[in-house]
Amino acid sequence: MKGRSALRDVVISAIALVVVLAIPLLHRSPAFEDFIIRLSAMALFATSLNLLVGNTGMVSFGHGMFYGFSAYAFALMMQMTDLSLLVAALLAVIITTFAALCVGAICVRLSTDYFAFITLAVQMLFYSVIISWQSLTGGDQGLRGGIPRREIFGFELSSQLHLYQFCAIVAVLGLLALRHITASPFGQTLRMIRDNADRASFLGVVLWRARLWAFTIAGAFAGLGGVLAALFVSGAYPELADWPNSGQAIFAVMLGGINSFLGPVLGAAMLLALNDVVNRFTEYYGLVLGIVILAFALGLRRGVLDFLKFAFPGRAK
Amino acid sequence: MKLEIKNLTKAFGGVKAIDDVSLSFPSGSLSAVIGPNGAGKSTFFNLISGAFPPDAGEVLLEGQDIVRLSKAERMHRGIGRAFQVASCFPTMTVAENLMAAVTAHAGRWGNLSRRFPPPGVAERANEVMELVGLSQVRDVEAAILSHGDQKLLDIAIALALEPKVLLLDEPTAGMGPEERWRMIERVRGLWERQKLTLVFIEHDMDIVFQVASTIRVLCYGRVLAEGSPDEIRNNQAVIDAYLGTEEHAA
Repeated sequence: MKGRSALRDVVISAIALVVVLAIPLLHRSPAFEDFIIRLSAMALFATSLNLLVGNTGMVSFGHGMFYGFSAYAFALMMQMTDLSLLVAALLAVIITTFAALCVGAICVRLSTDYFAFITLAVQMLFYSVIISWQSLTGGDQGLRGGIPRREIFGFELSSQLHLYQFCAIVAVLGLLALRHITASPFGQTLRMIRDNADRASFLGVVLWRARLWAFTIAGAFAGLGGVLAALFVSGAYPELADWPNSGQAIFAVMLGGINSFLGPVLGAAMLLALNDVVNRFTEYYGLVLGIVILAFALGLRRGVLDFLKFAFPGRAK
Repeated sequence: MKLEIKNLTKAFGGVKAIDDVSLSFPSGSLSAVIGPNGAGKSTFFNLISGAFPPDAGEVLLEGQDIVRLSKAERMHRGIGRAFQVASCFPTMTVAENLMAAVTAHAGRWGNLSRRFPPPGVAERANEVMELVGLSQVRDVEAAILSHGDQKLLDIAIALALEPKVLLLDEPTAGMGPEERWRMIERVRGLWERQKLTLVFIEHDMDIVFQVASTIRVLCYGRVLAEGSPDEIRNNQAVIDAYLGTEEHAA
């Protein structure tokens, strides 16, 4: 099958990774390195959301809760226990996966509109718990005090360069895993559900189970992104789990293109770049962002990569 | 496989869409179900294929009651169906549609360990495309297929699951006269080659009388008549309720 070869994906990821890792050897730029670190977290977050939005047709407005949940879980374990970074990170992702399974079990049987509403509602519930459980989470101040024991596999993550390398590797491996999932028979099943759920169930697909799997997997990868975010900010903040953050992921997905695997990554990069550039000139970031999104929605009527596919059929993948 | 319906009843609100219907479709038969709009024909198919449960009655496949099985389980037992409005996966190509159907039917829809399609699936999809004559458009997205090809793809998806009984809900709906005949000839060819028990709903009486060996007439959820084309043509109740009015309308 064209475009589905696993080898091709591995080669592309390897090249991308080599390029990203080579840049600091040629030229050190703290701003660029910060950008890639933030992009790593955001790319995993947005791409995992697109597993739901683009692949399955489930629009979740509460995806940020898993991003934030994992960031808190990870930061708290690092501060309160003596677990190594690797163990704490793995545990954070596992706990987040379980949380996604539980939330999904409630949400996935609902129809599209109510699904969107209830994911938002659960997220707001989770956000208020963070805000009010001050003794554990630090309330609206966030979890301060930093993240100790920042070494893993020889990476010394208090060094920006090492954090940069670590985040890039984790993000590329995570994206590769997500890519594999979307290209698997299960990924094809998700597209069947998006296209025609009724026919899919006639063919033997158990809809709620497939949707719950998708929701849980998406939560897991958002959790992986959350760990990177916690490493970057050296803690965890309620904003990570707040609904505007879920909105950011949705914007990234829409800007980059929901029908292209790398669409959300590009969208995340665009959002972050826009944020950095606009904030230098004006404090009205939201206004500029709104105009840009309107321009895309009304002008291209699809995300950038989807637009390129549409404009150059047969050339873009 | 022999399909038998016994005392099937289904009401929506106060209206009995299917009212105590008993019919038998012998193995390898080719029958048409006809009747005026709202006679309950599509509901009848929905009850057999398990889209929703009946209020009462039995659906027997080779003597086994399958009425309590889910639609997917019924499909596994060999009941395939195509829909009045072609039901396929619009963003996928014809080949992907069929490969996805075969994969799902084999119970491998949740597989995460390999890339799509799993081994053996492409071959089966090719066979089905050959069989129904969709090979030339195998890489065309279903959404941009012609109407007729979409209907064929819908039937092909059903055939990919190797059904023994095939229910076709208006296979020629929305087609011009010539296309109708091409379609129905293909359907008849499939019936012969695959030794199917085939039941189709059809509004074109020329096609019905020419193609079907047995005709069942539904009217207000009840069986008005059944028999060979000649018997139905001359049945006064059918002429009054259906054939007569049809000529008026035309």
